[in-house]
Formats: sequence, structure tokens, C-alpha cells
Amino acid sequence: MRTEGVRGVVADAALVAGKDLRLERRSKVGLSQVLPFALLVILLFAFALDPDRRVLGAATPGLYWMVVLFSAVLAVQRSFGVEGEDDVLDALRLSGLSAPGIFLGKVAALMVQLLALEFVLAIAVAVFYGTEISGILLLAGVTTTATVGIAAAGGTYGGLVARIRGRDTLLPLLLLPLLAPVLISATRGTEVALGRDAGPGWPWVGLLGIFGAVYLTLGALLFRPLLEDA
Amino acid sequence: MRPTLEPVIHLRSAVALIGRFPALAGVDLDVESGEVVLLRGPNGAGKTTLLRACAGLVPVVSGVARVLGSDLVADRSAVRRRVGLLGHATHLYDDLSVSENVDFWSRASGATSADGRAALDRLGVASRLHELPVRSLSAGQRRRVSLASVLARRPELWLLDEPHAGLDAAGRDVVDGLMAEAASVGATVLFASHELERAESVAHRTVVVAGGVIQVDDSALEHGIPENPSRSDTEVSDED
Repeated sequence: MRTEGVRGVVADAALVAGKDLRLERRSKVGLSQVLPFALLVILLFAFALDPDRRVLGAATPGLYWMVVLFSAVLAVQRSFGVEGEDDVLDALRLSGLSAPGIFLGKVAALMVQLLALEFVLAIAVAVFYGTEISGILLLAGVTTTATVGIAAAGGTYGGLVARIRGRDTLLPLLLLPLLAPVLISATRGTEVALGRDAGPGWPWVGLLGIFGAVYLTLGALLFRPLLEDA
Repeated sequence: MRPTLEPVIHLRSAVALIGRFPALAGVDLDVESGEVVLLRGPNGAGKTTLLRACAGLVPVVSGVARVLGSDLVADRSAVRRRVGLLGHATHLYDDLSVSENVDFWSRASGATSADGRAALDRLGVASRLHELPVRSLSAGQRRRVSLASVLARRPELWLLDEPHAGLDAAGRDVVDGLMAEAASVGATVLFASHELERAESVAHRTVVVAGGVIQVDDSALEHGIPENPSRSDTEVSDED
């Protein structure tokens, strides 16, 4: 028997997140394609800006979050691409899974993948750009809240374009402008955490938290009609 | 199963659109609990749309459409978790193993992992295949795994689109057995098939669909209503 209410949504989310992470573990798309892409872009920026280490140092937070956003688009495409294959979306609609449960499960799986990616990228930035990572607590706050926002917005728009022809090109067009506030806030917060800006950092975390909460709520509410129209 | 005497499927002048095209153009159909009903008709007749409309996946825009007591015109989502649909697609994740797929879909529909394993055994999916990724299976094996996912959820209404397609002789026998078993416990089966000889031996009655409407319903013949199909037999049987 299925559990109803909030417990049911949480159970559904756990089931979907487990399935998505298992899919990633089996296919290794993140490990063999998304991560190498992200590392390559980090490396290319280093080559492009290396003659002027000062510019590279100043731009590091922005470059880091740009790479995270591009990688997130790939991860969202993969996450919803598998649901579009073999009419799996129909099976999801026929299952007893609640739409908010499916949405939150996919967001949770995206978050786990993005956090892992961000951790590896941070090490790469430290190595290639010579960045000293400091302000760990603030950095963790920025990273976590930014990741919630990216995954929640990605989950919402991934559901929107899941069955649209040309979704691979449409998704970045829709998602990247929407994530501009995350890029700005996360970059500013990271600059403060790395000591490049003397201003307060936690307000940026608050702003990122609000963005994440808004998209988590919107996605959970809208996912049922999105699933219907997909 | 269902305590009411209302037909499991009750359609009157039901119209369903695919885009702007009326794939169902005024369907009248009643299917009682425990019946196994065969849908036959030429390609593009509306059989798949009829099955998908009964599953609540295609909106019925006008007419009367009640399935398992739910009004599909008002809310087509309520019926979904009570039906099992086997379509042309297998609804499986290529990168997950057979057992992971069946386990996920079983639990998603409120059944247990044990139900999923039992369904795989019932469908004759060899245990050596359970840990293989679905993408490495043959079309027939995928079909069996897909059917196992449907069986595990113990639907009240089975909606099967070409259930014998891609299966070997043993697999076809298993499918026939499943349909008979489902009917024997009070579930209802509506299935489309082009394998008429086999399908008619399993079905309690046959309904001919063409041009998005029911052309012949042999329950009507049983009641002395004259057959009046607008297409000839040659056209109707000229399938695949």
C-alpha cells in the first residue's frame, strides 16, 4: 500500500532519488562526460588567462560558478532525458508516485551529483589557479544554497522541456538566464569567502536560500501539470 | 475487486484528440468486470488511442467516459494507478538491471520488491538475466520484463497493446495464461492484437475498431443486433 500525505511524498522522493543515483552509477555519464567537460573548461580558462594571473585570480569565483552552471545544464538534460526515452514519462504518470515526490527526488539526485562535481572542481581550481580556499563555513553555505537553487530550477525546467523536440538546445536557453541571480549571488558570496571582497557574505547565502526555496516550492506545485503536458 | 455493478469501461460518444485529429470519433463501448475483450482493426484505427484513453493518458474531450468508476472527462488521473498498461514502448530504464527496473516500478505502484521478483518468475525471466542491464536484452526479453512490471502492480484493468509482439511461442502462452488468470480473479482485460487466431481464442469477445469508432461489437451480435461495419472484412483484416 502507498503512504499518503507528506510521508508519501518523502518516500516517493527517496525512491526516485535512489533510482536516479543508481542510473548514474550504472551509466557513469556524470563521471565520464560531465566531469571531464567541467575540468576541461576550467583548464581552458587557465590557459586563456594564465599570462595575467591577477585577472585569473580575480575572475576565479565567476569562472567556477559559470562552469558549474554549464555542467548543471548537462546533468539536468541527462536526468530528464532518461525519462523521455521509451515513454518512461507515461509509466511515471501511471505509477502511484506523487508529482511533488518525483520532482523532489529528481532535485535531490541532481543536488548530490552537483555537490560531488563542485567538490572536485574546487580542488581543480585550487590546483590550476593556485587559489587558496578559505572561509570554509561561508563557502559551504554558498555552495549548498546555490546548489539547491540550481537543482530546483533545473528540475522545474527539465520537466517543462522533457518531451519537447529540440529540448537539448531549449533547456540552456530557458535555464541559464533564469540562473543569472544564482550566478551573481554565488560569485559574490564566494569572493567574500575567498577574501577577495571585504563585504558581508551571509546576505548572499540568504538570497540564494530564498531563490532555492522559491523554486523548490514552485517546482513541487507545478510538476503535476508539467508532467501532464510533457 | 470492484463492488459496483457498473461496467469497468463505459464509453458513450467518447471523442479523443491527438493534436487536432479526432483519433476517437465517438466510441461506444461497455466492458464488464472479468471480461477479456479483443480490439482489432487496421493500423491507425484508434486501438492504441482507445487503450491510452482508458488508462487516462489521452484526454477524452467530449462524450461519456467512465473507467473503474472514474469520470475521465472530469479527472483522468484518478484511474491511472488502478490500471496496467503495456504499450508499444516497454517503459524501462536501459542502464538499470532487470531486477532494478521491476523493483522500481513495483514499489512506485505500491507493490513490494517480492511482488516484482514473483512477477519476473511468472513471466519466465531466467534468474541469470536479473542482474543484466535492460539494454543488453532482446526485444522479447524486454517485453517480458515490461509485462512483469505490469503484473507486479496487480491492476484491476489490464490494457495491453500487442501483448504477443516480439515474444516466442512460450512467451505468448504465458501472456495468454496471464490474461485468463487476471479475468479469473475478477480483473478486466482489454487488448489489441493483430494475431487474430491466437487472440480470439483467449478473448471472450471481439470489438472491431476502424476510423476511430467501434464498427462491430460481437456482444451486439449475441443480442441479435445486426452487424453493419462500414469497412469490408478485407479492409479490416488487412493488418500489418
